[in-house]
Amino acid sequence: MRWLYDPSQTQQTLSVKLLNVNWPLVALVTTIAGVGFAMLYSAGNGSWHPWAERQVVRYLVAALVMLVVAMVDIRVWLRAAYGFYAVTMILLIAVEVRGAIGMGAQRWIDLGIIQIQPSEFMKIALVMVLARYFNGMPVEEIRNPVKLIVPALLILVPAAMVLKQPDLGTAIMLVLGGAAMFFLAGVRLWKFAVMFAVAGAVVPFAWHHLREYQKNRILTFLNPENDPLGAGYHSLQAKIAVGSGGVFGKGYLSGTQAHLSFLPERQTDFIFTILGEEFGLVGGLVLLALYAVVFAYGYAIAFRSRSHFGRLLAFGITTNLFLYVFINVAMVIGLLPVVGVPLPLVSYGGTSMLTVMFGFGLLMSVYVHRDVRIGRYGEAEI
Amino acid sequence: MKKSNGRGKTLTRRAMVLAGGKVALLAALAGRLYYLQVVQAPKFSMLADENRINIRLLVPPRGLIVDRFGVPLAINRPTYQAVVIPEQAGNINETLDVVGALVPLTEADRHRVLRDIRNHHSFVPIVLREDMDWNEMARIDVNAVDLPGVSIEQGLIRHYVFGDETSHVVGYVAPVSEQELNSDDPLVELPDFRVGKSGVEKQYDLELRGTAGTSEVEVNAFGRVVRELAHEDGIAGDQIVLGLDMDLQDIAMRRCAAQGSASAIVIDSWTGEVLALASAPGFDPSAFASGLSPAQWKALVDNPYNPLENKAIAGTYSPGSTFKPLVATAALEAGVITPDTEFFCPGEYHLGNTVFHCWKKGGHGTLSVRRAIKESCDVFFYHTADLVGIDRIAQMANRLGLGVKTDIDIPGEKTGLIPTRAWKLATTGVAWQRGETLSCGIGQSFVSVTPLQLATYVARIATGHTVKPVLARDGGVMTASSPIATAISHAFAPLGVQQKTLDVIRDAMYGVVNEVHGTAYGARIQDPTMIMAGKTGTAQVHHIAREIRDRGVVTGTKVPWKDRDHALFIAFAPVAAPRYVCSVVVEHGGATGGEGGAVAAPIAHDLLLEAQKRDPARRVPPVPFDAAKLAQG
Repeated sequence: MRWLYDPSQTQQTLSVKLLNVNWPLVALVTTIAGVGFAMLYSAGNGSWHPWAERQVVRYLVAALVMLVVAMVDIRVWLRAAYGFYAVTMILLIAVEVRGAIGMGAQRWIDLGIIQIQPSEFMKIALVMVLARYFNGMPVEEIRNPVKLIVPALLILVPAAMVLKQPDLGTAIMLVLGGAAMFFLAGVRLWKFAVMFAVAGAVVPFAWHHLREYQKNRILTFLNPENDPLGAGYHSLQAKIAVGSGGVFGKGYLSGTQAHLSFLPERQTDFIFTILGEEFGLVGGLVLLALYAVVFAYGYAIAFRSRSHFGRLLAFGITTNLFLYVFINVAMVIGLLPVVGVPLPLVSYGGTSMLTVMFGFGLLMSVYVHRDVRIGRYGEAEI
Repeated sequence: MKKSNGRGKTLTRRAMVLAGGKVALLAALAGRLYYLQVVQAPKFSMLADENRINIRLLVPPRGLIVDRFGVPLAINRPTYQAVVIPEQAGNINETLDVVGALVPLTEADRHRVLRDIRNHHSFVPIVLREDMDWNEMARIDVNAVDLPGVSIEQGLIRHYVFGDETSHVVGYVAPVSEQELNSDDPLVELPDFRVGKSGVEKQYDLELRGTAGTSEVEVNAFGRVVRELAHEDGIAGDQIVLGLDMDLQDIAMRRCAAQGSASAIVIDSWTGEVLALASAPGFDPSAFASGLSPAQWKALVDNPYNPLENKAIAGTYSPGSTFKPLVATAALEAGVITPDTEFFCPGEYHLGNTVFHCWKKGGHGTLSVRRAIKESCDVFFYHTADLVGIDRIAQMANRLGLGVKTDIDIPGEKTGLIPTRAWKLATTGVAWQRGETLSCGIGQSFVSVTPLQLATYVARIATGHTVKPVLARDGGVMTASSPIATAISHAFAPLGVQQKTLDVIRDAMYGVVNEVHGTAYGARIQDPTMIMAGKTGTAQVHHIAREIRDRGVVTGTKVPWKDRDHALFIAFAPVAAPRYVCSVVVEHGGATGGEGGAVAAPIAHDLLLEAQKRDPARRVPPVPFDAAKLAQG
């Protein structure tokens, strides 16, 4: 009955845990972040200032956070899931309240040392809370639609609040990330069909509640040529940048679109355009390949995990990361409307970097504690 | 645990399904990248270049306009403007204070500058002061150290060296108008570009324009110029050489201006070159290049002397007695009179119940055509006109250049009017009256001509060829070695008027000026090698009613200026080999209210005397003008 009790797996020393960290994944993540540093150096017109230098510092801090998260026992994360979600939810409400009092869109909370964006944390919190929820649920309960109401609310309430901020990109990320968790947990496919139908019914209502600029972005996505100087400007200039890069690009620091300021937001959401312009198709495919290897690692870690919670968590985080990458690149190259989603590890931004690295920390925690067996309520199954 | 294993299998299966979806989506991204960066790369490369490369046109220097000896009439004067780039200037108020201490800067200027700075990106140069002279420019330039961000830009502005003296010949340039924007020439879009609006500037505008230069610059998304990629200078416009002799033009303009509203033309009838074309008063054409103020415009329009009208080509006047040599020519050629045909002038002429008066109360007695022209007898020409008829007069008038456009190479020429029977029936519906032929016979009634037509007419009498006046000169600037015309140009066909007729007319015109009782005896040229022949004319502006005539005709300064008669004179010289011709029209008798012989003939005397003294056969061209010296004043 070895699978019932293996003290060496439950009581690892810190040094053993450090050895168990998936160091090739750390190297991979650092490589992608390095691509980001290079792009930010270029975005700053060949200068570490103002973006690249701060991004390096953020990465180093976030990497430390990642390792700390990886060291913490997976069961602790399971138990902390509801609390983490609750705290994030409170922060989200706080932002909402302050936004209502202050002027216009408000996504930030200033903690003095750093500014944080609770909606970013919500992406991870949602994966954690759903992983815990479905971990504690047997198959027959998953088949009971009533039991799905609570997790559905866990997704939709924060998504609605984020949408109201308004941050369409993050709201979509939350809904898609949550839906992926439902799918992984084994929710019947016909229920997804029902949800699609409901969503379809909600679309006109939601459309009514979108801000004018959000409507414009969607309309412009559907027909970008009709407004090249207005709402279509981002989209068109990004396509020009990427398209003019050709196969091998214009060369590092030689992108005319980026350096002559034709690209708005080039250091954040549109950073992929610099890569596409300066390194061409080759550069873009290499970065996508690096991400693909990361996703493969995430899958490998999930499969290697012996606990249902660990697997859900690893798949969830990987899927979330994938959604980040896909939505960002797709919007930059004109496959999706322009919604504010950063490119993980590469885009300039503290909260995004911290969230992504926190996610990687959880992924590594799953790996480090891959043989820990977890019961329905987070106890080690002895 | 079995159930747990069941959900584990579901998880694995579904994770694989998701993985498949992810691979498909990543493939879609890769496919899209291939589409953008390989299939559509040329299109996007072009768009990227269009984004960053801005081609700016550079206005080429406009061609110069010079007189026959190369004296510049229209040049491009350097103009300086001080501009400031706000982002480099620091404290803009300090900059304005320093500049204000160096050159005059009004409160309005300061407000405009501050407003412009607020309304533009901080890298856009803002004009501090326009159209500075060299001294002002230099004062700012030497203080450049105290003026960060301030620089001097040099441009060119059209300048007319002789101002109002050539305004009607050379014309002027002004900013492009709405209608002129519909042109193929991209230059017209440029704010600094000027087009010819009148005179030679308009006629030869395309030649004067030149070809635009280009500057290819790289700009960023805000329009800031990052660097210049390529630069190609424009090609300056062609120089236009006029047949004008600026010294003669100067005399003509001074003499005309002294008479208030007048015009005078001197033509070298052998070549058709216009040596002087004066229409007084003129206006300052340079003012149009920078834009007229409403007050300046109103002053020009309200001036009773009508300075904007080129009277030499667009003023139409009754020719008066200057028409008599033409009627005589028509009659001699038609054979209705001979040089010896005599008529008796008792001072009036009866046609039916109508009485036609001679200007000379008591009459001229019996006279033939020579004395009739010399003393300008009206009764003789009532007889003659009645005999030859209006249609034959009109035919000869057109042949000699009256009532038809001369096609001189500046715009705005008027046709005037030489009536015919058919014309009157067509326009009024009333048949021609015999009495009207008599009035036309002394150059009144419907007959109207321009001073340029008069000059052309006398040139054709003087040469017997179909001389056509022209301003632009073939063969460029005259130099000491330039060939000189020694005979009438082959381009002018013979008129087809008998030599003996021309001899009679010329001899009579000799009498007008050089014999006692001639109407212009006082204006004769005494130098025997330069003798002038001519014909006076007085054109009624108002019909003189019988009752007024009965009370005694009131003339001269006793009637209001606007109602006085015009004084005319046509002339050629030298009589031995006629070459230079002249026509003078002094509106309303000028300053003294005098007649043709008293007011107009002396001007012709001075102009033809000077023209002959300046005859190219007698002189070498002057030292070429130094255009640069002139430009700096």
